[in-house]
Amino acid sequence: MSTLKPGEVSMGTTIMAVEFDGGVVLGADSRTTTGAYIANRVTDKLTKVHDRIYCCRSGSAADTQAIADIVKYHLDMYTAQHGEAPTVKVAASLFQEICYQNKGGLMAGIIIAGYDERDGASVYDIPLGGSLHREPFSVGGSGSSYIYGYCDKVFRPDMTKEECVEFVKNTVSLAMTRDGSSGGVVRLAVIDKDGVERMFVPGNQLPVQYLG
Amino acid sequence: MTPHTEQTSTAGFKFDNVKRNQLLCDKGYKLASATKTGTTIVGLIFKDGVVLGADTRATNGPIVADKNCEKIHYIAPNIYCCGAGTAADTEFTTNMISSQIALHSLTTGRDARVVTAMTMLKQHLFRHQGHIGAALIVGGYDVSGPHLFNIYPHGSTDSLPYVTMGSGSLAAMSMFESRWRSQMSREDAIELVKDAIEAGIFNDLGSGSNVDVCVLTKGNTEVLRNYARPNERAVKEQVYTFNRGTTEFYVPRAAAQAAEAATAMDTSA
Repeated sequence: MSTLKPGEVSMGTTIMAVEFDGGVVLGADSRTTTGAYIANRVTDKLTKVHDRIYCCRSGSAADTQAIADIVKYHLDMYTAQHGEAPTVKVAASLFQEICYQNKGGLMAGIIIAGYDERDGASVYDIPLGGSLHREPFSVGGSGSSYIYGYCDKVFRPDMTKEECVEFVKNTVSLAMTRDGSSGGVVRLAVIDKDGVERMFVPGNQLPVQYLG
Repeated sequence: MTPHTEQTSTAGFKFDNVKRNQLLCDKGYKLASATKTGTTIVGLIFKDGVVLGADTRATNGPIVADKNCEKIHYIAPNIYCCGAGTAADTEFTTNMISSQIALHSLTTGRDARVVTAMTMLKQHLFRHQGHIGAALIVGGYDVSGPHLFNIYPHGSTDSLPYVTMGSGSLAAMSMFESRWRSQMSREDAIELVKDAIEAGIFNDLGSGSNVDVCVLTKGNTEVLRNYARPNERAVKEQVYTFNRGTTEFYVPRAAAQAAEAATAMDTSA
């Protein structure tokens, strides 16, 4: 299993994705670091790989950008050849193939989420080793350690879209408070059959919580 | 079972000498170090386009190898690229992508786009897994407007309205974070870039000498080489030339006898 090479840009990160009936909500912080310096304080870690399929990236910035670009290419090719959009499962499988077969040289923790006609809303998690897990919700990145308890307590499978958005906003915000490698702003994406809605919460408008 | 024969590949980097170099280092031999650019490079987007800036010091360890090197490289008429890190890597990588872009432009029949240059650069650097020490700021104005990207040696990129790279990047970024505004005027933008580079020049030991600026707007590019020269050498207070005759020199006996006999050399111009 690899670690970050010296000087490599890392997305310390808090990322998450949640399913609701009819769609998914993705959320992430916006901090990219090289050592102790914040190279980009407004990063967009929610990357589009297809019209209704996004991925959340954590780990090495270079590795995850390269992987996402390759998967995006393959999904475009799939659409051209099949005449229809790929399912989220197809996208997740492509990510898995790359992450697993190159596990020695990559440092990438990716969450794929989206909506398709066949399976509806789906969230897939691919941790460092390259295994694939379908889950109703998933958290990832260095900040995720601090929010497992909160998520396990608060998550319900029958939440509405608005409740999911609040859930993601609160969770990412809590992680950003405790994890030094996460911070900046909270970026969200809501994907359903009608398309993608991008949302943005600036650092000074994060949900109120105990700050010591 | 047939024995496996060693196949030497001609592609990619060869790391054969790493073990040898390590052995030599342990024995006390000092390895030659690559010339780095130390460097402060910056870029920002203003109302009409992009301004790039760079210092001009190239270092080899603690020595200044070049006091006035050019760190803003040509990629296309409307795309320029600042380079920090290993000087040879930035020079050759930008040259290579510049020629690829020229061919791409001819093949497609269109003017080059900044994202194209960025993608070519990032894919090249990622393929070499960080061994090519080039940290780049690529900016330009193409059909889809002004663009500014930074690219790290491992191949990751950011798209931002203002960026700084190199050893002086923290000094320059402090300038940008306090004074950058959206839709700045051309004069304010160039002034801010100059001040950011000067922050690097005066506060970072790896950066120094002069400020180079490049302004890219719709349909027009201005390369302002040595836009500011805040480190001009002052006129020396005394004259240090030696008078003719200061140095005695030795002449062999035979030549001395010949010189006495011969006439004096005609040294009139």
